[in-house]
Amino acid sequence: MKNRWIRASFALLAGLAVMTVGMETASAADATTLHRGTSGEPGSIDPQRINGVWEQVVVLDLFLGLTTDDANGDPIPGLAKSWTVSPDKTRYTFKLRDDVKWTDGTPVTAEDAVFGLRRALDPATATPSASLLYVIKNGAAVNTGKMPVDKIGVSAPDSHTVVIDLTSPTPYFLALLTNPVTYPAPKHVIDKYGKDWIKPDHIVTDGAYKFVDWVPQGHITAEKNPGFYDAKNVHIPRVVYEFTEDRSTALRRFRAGEIDINNDVPVDQIPWLKANMPDALHLTPYLATYYYVFNMSKPPFNDKRVRLALSMLVERDVITDKIIRVGDIPAFGVVPPNTANYDGPAVKASFADMGMAERVKKARELLTEAGYGPGFPLHVTLRYNTSDNHKKIATAVAAMWKRAGVLTDLENADVAVHYAALREGDFEIARAGWVADYNDPQNFLALFQDKTATINYSRYNNPAFDKLMDAAANTADLKARSAILHKAEAMAIDDAPVLPIYFYVSKNLVSTRVKGWVDNAEDIHPTRYLSLQP
Amino acid sequence: MIAYFLRRLISAIPTLLAIITIAFFMMRIAPGGPFDTERRLPPEVEANLEKAYHLNEPLVAQYWDYLGGILHGDFGPSFRYKDFTVTELIRAGFPVSLKLGLSAIVIALVLGIAFGTYAALRQNRLGDHAVMGLAVTGIAIPNYVVAPLLTLVLGIYLGWLPVGGWNDGAFRNMILPVATLALPLIAYVTRLTRGSMIEVLRANYIRTARAKGLPMRLIVWRHALPAAILPVITYLGPAAAAVLTGSLVVEQIFGLPGIGRYFIQGALNRDYTLVMGVVIFYASLIILLNLMVDLLYALLDPKVSYR
Repeated sequence: MKNRWIRASFALLAGLAVMTVGMETASAADATTLHRGTSGEPGSIDPQRINGVWEQVVVLDLFLGLTTDDANGDPIPGLAKSWTVSPDKTRYTFKLRDDVKWTDGTPVTAEDAVFGLRRALDPATATPSASLLYVIKNGAAVNTGKMPVDKIGVSAPDSHTVVIDLTSPTPYFLALLTNPVTYPAPKHVIDKYGKDWIKPDHIVTDGAYKFVDWVPQGHITAEKNPGFYDAKNVHIPRVVYEFTEDRSTALRRFRAGEIDINNDVPVDQIPWLKANMPDALHLTPYLATYYYVFNMSKPPFNDKRVRLALSMLVERDVITDKIIRVGDIPAFGVVPPNTANYDGPAVKASFADMGMAERVKKARELLTEAGYGPGFPLHVTLRYNTSDNHKKIATAVAAMWKRAGVLTDLENADVAVHYAALREGDFEIARAGWVADYNDPQNFLALFQDKTATINYSRYNNPAFDKLMDAAANTADLKARSAILHKAEAMAIDDAPVLPIYFYVSKNLVSTRVKGWVDNAEDIHPTRYLSLQP
Repeated sequence: MIAYFLRRLISAIPTLLAIITIAFFMMRIAPGGPFDTERRLPPEVEANLEKAYHLNEPLVAQYWDYLGGILHGDFGPSFRYKDFTVTELIRAGFPVSLKLGLSAIVIALVLGIAFGTYAALRQNRLGDHAVMGLAVTGIAIPNYVVAPLLTLVLGIYLGWLPVGGWNDGAFRNMILPVATLALPLIAYVTRLTRGSMIEVLRANYIRTARAKGLPMRLIVWRHALPAAILPVITYLGPAAAAVLTGSLVVEQIFGLPGIGRYFIQGALNRDYTLVMGVVIFYASLIILLNLMVDLLYALLDPKVSYR
């Protein structure tokens, strides 16, 4: 009897093993389906309700803006086939294509474009990125409920023409129109179903792909939209967007061939990837800055000498080359290299080219002047949101500050707590990061202009700086504007409200069977330009 | 029996209410809110969002609204997954967690009882030591170690199994996660069965059965096993809880679309409605499972009866 027990158990196990081995070994890699890791589940695919970079991966494939991105992430004609700009650069007139349709066959018209922008600014929609549209005339007033929605500076003189009035010349406006928040919305469907228009049974799209299904925490599936105006140049019939929240899992799945593209990489695996899969690893300078902010409303951080000394002591290249080691670029300013509309040499802090010994000496002097020294050391608290990388960097920075006798307490909390503390001013020095909403230096410099501490965590307040920013906003000539913005950045960097550490690189895993991928600073790669090698 | 069942169900109501209340207010006491993210929103935009989600109303009013909603089966919209209601999310995720959990428990019962009985019958001999050694190892190694090891060997080096994803619950995709979930359970059930089986085999009525000359197989199957299995039944309650909590880790590592992940993600995102929905769902489930275990116990053990 005992033997029978054993035999039964082992037979079961053996059976399982045989079934396992007997099954096909390779994964589902085929030439018709692209598996794209998005590094997170979209909060929404409603163009007016999304708020994250990872959501755009899906939304850019499903929907079409007046302008759209080319393979390099630069704006090209989309729904609009052409446009004219008034001499003062505040009125854009778009002529629309007449062959763009929603997936239910209804043509996409100028009314849909107007409706999309009104919907984005309607306070009832609660669009997270509505403030990007405050450059549109009356945009801010409408979004704060001070004016009815039909008062925004957008109109449709006929069904193929859209006119948009801006509050000031906005050189990045055509690029802004590639952001999903500005997209046309299917008025006939939203009128019928309201918020539920996005549900699988009702949704219509007008982009290169059409929606198929969404398994929460699993994936979204899309198929090529045969009615798309440029369908003949769309090569991949089917896309599965996998919500690869866990980077290590994503890498394992990529190595097993289950995922063709993933837009994030576990940082500690980068040396291994460089050695073993160099063709699949794409590290590209990205429009994003990693920095620390000083709380200028709290002494001693209202003292420029203290801020400058602390900034001087941080050896950026040690952090990028020895600690994080993914090729990030040491930062001495806040506007990343490759930012559009920003020609000329990068703005750098005064100490950027000094040797480290000299910087330590100078920092000690500044601290002594500010009243600190042996017997009375500067004692600071550094906050960061919980993450291995932030911790490594904070630990290294604390050690660098120690060289001038500065003592540091480290404090970490999850993202929600961290950013609540930043907003409320409950910190001394804290980690922050900024990813460009649109490719323009103004988007980074606005960090110092905001008066509400929503993004200006330092509470930097300098009327001279604000004046330069206002002047830039009203300058239509790009060269002159760039010069003014350079001046503004130099002024802010000289005041050191923040301690820039590095400019990010984007980290993509791209299978060698994917063709048509172009590395770019905005890290935008619509599927319509990609193809799969069988 | 039915009266007992009903009484237990009614007494669950205050328990649930207490859980809802505590969870609701604890969620709100936690610093940070659903809109505190890396990408801060301007105050005017945040005001629009708070209005859309009624967060601008007094907390107590929100609490009553929420309770009222639950009575109508409405758990509200998710803050993070804006295109879904909490009910839709749980409805989509639960079958996945259920399939994983049930498979793991069934496998654990079958294998655990088999191994445990085998070990008991070979007490202190090589077979016993081998099985128990494995069982202790199974208990000692946490699932977040087992899972990556299994995927590395079976998924990447050998390429036999997918290393993640659900693929609509395909058998291939189930093997590794279920194995990860089941391993510690198998180990526990093995130990429990072995212990109680050894005890039962020493009981007088077994000795009588032997003296009558019954074959060993019959003694074990008919007389020893039903008695020896009682502690395992008791363990089903904690096992269900272990599977639920274990599924948090397993779902995360294998990227499976169950509801376990909503717990962690929801809490980190301050997705108030989603966390509340999952808490209420899990609490109800555990209360119900414990009740069922108690009833099952009464059916199997003649010494226990409920009035």
